[in-house]
Amino acid sequence: MIDPALELAPWLTADDLWTMATAVLASVACGLVGCWLVLRRLSLLGDAISHAVLPGIAGAFLLTGTRDVLPMLLGATVIGIATAFLSSALGRWGRVDRDAAMGVTFTSLFALGVVMMSLAARQVDLDPGCVLYGLLEFVPFDTVDLLGVQVPRAAAWLGGALIIDVILMVAFFKELRATSFDPAHAASLGVRVGLVHLGLMAAVAANTVVAFESVGSILVVAMLVAPGATARLWTDRLVPMLWLATAIASATAIVGYLVALELNTSAAGMIATISMVGYVGSVGAVVTIGATRRSSQSGRPSFSEPRP
Amino acid sequence: MAELLRLLSLQDSSTRVVMLSTAGLAIAAAMVGSLAMLRRRALVGDAVAHASLPGICLAWFVAGDRSLAVLLVGAFVLGLACMGTMALVQRLTNVREDATTAIAISGFFGLGIVLSRMIQNQPGGNRAGLDGFLFGKAASAVTSDAWLVLVVAGVVSATVLGLRKEFGLLCFDRAFAAGIGRPVHRLDALLLVLVAIVTVAGLPSVGVVLVVAMLVIPPAAARCWSVSLGTMLAVAAAIGAASAIIGTGLSAVLPPPGGASGGGWPTGPMIVLTAAALFVLSLLVAPQQGLLTAMWRRHRLRSSVQSSSGSMR
Repeated sequence: MIDPALELAPWLTADDLWTMATAVLASVACGLVGCWLVLRRLSLLGDAISHAVLPGIAGAFLLTGTRDVLPMLLGATVIGIATAFLSSALGRWGRVDRDAAMGVTFTSLFALGVVMMSLAARQVDLDPGCVLYGLLEFVPFDTVDLLGVQVPRAAAWLGGALIIDVILMVAFFKELRATSFDPAHAASLGVRVGLVHLGLMAAVAANTVVAFESVGSILVVAMLVAPGATARLWTDRLVPMLWLATAIASATAIVGYLVALELNTSAAGMIATISMVGYVGSVGAVVTIGATRRSSQSGRPSFSEPRP
Repeated sequence: MAELLRLLSLQDSSTRVVMLSTAGLAIAAAMVGSLAMLRRRALVGDAVAHASLPGICLAWFVAGDRSLAVLLVGAFVLGLACMGTMALVQRLTNVREDATTAIAISGFFGLGIVLSRMIQNQPGGNRAGLDGFLFGKAASAVTSDAWLVLVVAGVVSATVLGLRKEFGLLCFDRAFAAGIGRPVHRLDALLLVLVAIVTVAGLPSVGVVLVVAMLVIPPAAARCWSVSLGTMLAVAAAIGAASAIIGTGLSAVLPPPGGASGGGWPTGPMIVLTAAALFVLSLLVAPQQGLLTAMWRRHRLRSSVQSSSGSMR
């Protein structure tokens, strides 16, 4: 699989290609889950969860003393779900709006996580800075044996996460669709709206943690939100939006990685930058196309509410 | 112990100035944050804060001068650019604001990381100064910088207090404010500029990632105590100042967690955790809406009803 790709692009090394593959896997896995966040207007909750998982990771780390992925995954998923709950509970009790409640929750949890990491710094090197940046460049140095091939550990985990995401999404497609577009109608059909919401939050938290090590806590937000939001600009239909988001996520990861390689700078940072450029560019393109179409035809607005 | 006493009694003049400036900034941020929260723009500060990282890096590249004032001007310019872009996207499309905000937060931060790595790769470049901006390093601030922050905080607080009536009208009934001829667009813009100013001024002490907490947590806590704008501003300012002083003090006094060689307690997270503790306290015991207060009131009511119904029998 690697050799033909190397012949196609001889200026890249096998390590480069594995890193790029890892970035694509992270981007697609997060992007697909993120589509549902965008549709439910919960993009900022993705931001909040990705900050808030830090104490879960640090806690698992302090308890076990290793950088094993499984305890961290468990700890972070629990904290991620707690963030979603706390945000809505604070909004009710404290009578502040949702954004402010989320701001209170995620900044407090993130601060707690940074302090816990300072405590852990004595045991193993866990730098708060690398939590923010991620270590995409170091992905090829940590490999596992998968069916006789040396695969980067991060790529194996992200591939697994992507497969599970797709299986869950296909299995619960009807429920996800119904609750995202018309929760009241879904509830009247007997769909457990709260349960679907909970499952989605757990999926966001789990994907965030798996992607976290390679892309860092803030850049994972770009991977969660940007593909879905950009795809949503171009289409009003759900299934094309999911496919388009997958394509955008892959393209962003590849282009971002290549540009970073060329400029010798942070790949994760460049991927986030390219995501934003793609989003702003899409806004410009869609608005221009909409304006020309409006002036040539009758006044159909370029945007409408999504059709399920 | 002696150091703790020295710190608390504010005998050391440089500590005194640094603490004063952090507290002054927290007061300004709490007041501006209250207005932003009431105007439902609580998380705009987060986008500005993340956009300031590439701003700092660009100023580093362009000016070559590494004084705090120059770096903060760079941060402010990019913060405004970020808000402008977000407003433009909002005007052009009817995509909900939240996706745009989330993309701006991570995209600008990504750009900042790209630029800071490029600075690091330059011959002779080091980003020791930049890393301080991530989590804040109030304790190492220079006295002249502290004075600068204090002056900025004073100007912002004075503006908020001077325009209190106009801002209140804007937050609670924008249509009415426009109807009686208040310049609502200009007031909205001014509020956003104030948010950008306090966010950028807070970077040295609290850091890029957490500075938004100073805009959000004290107002949210004050919301539990108050039913009028004036009280809310006052309570938020008090809570902000208390968290800044206690948090800065703790991070300076506590023995470093990583041993003598490791880094000390990060200032920003300590300030934020103090504010969070005060918020939880407010949520529980505030006189009107506190959870424990309400429980106690219900208990009193139930026992009085039971005793009066018992006497009737």
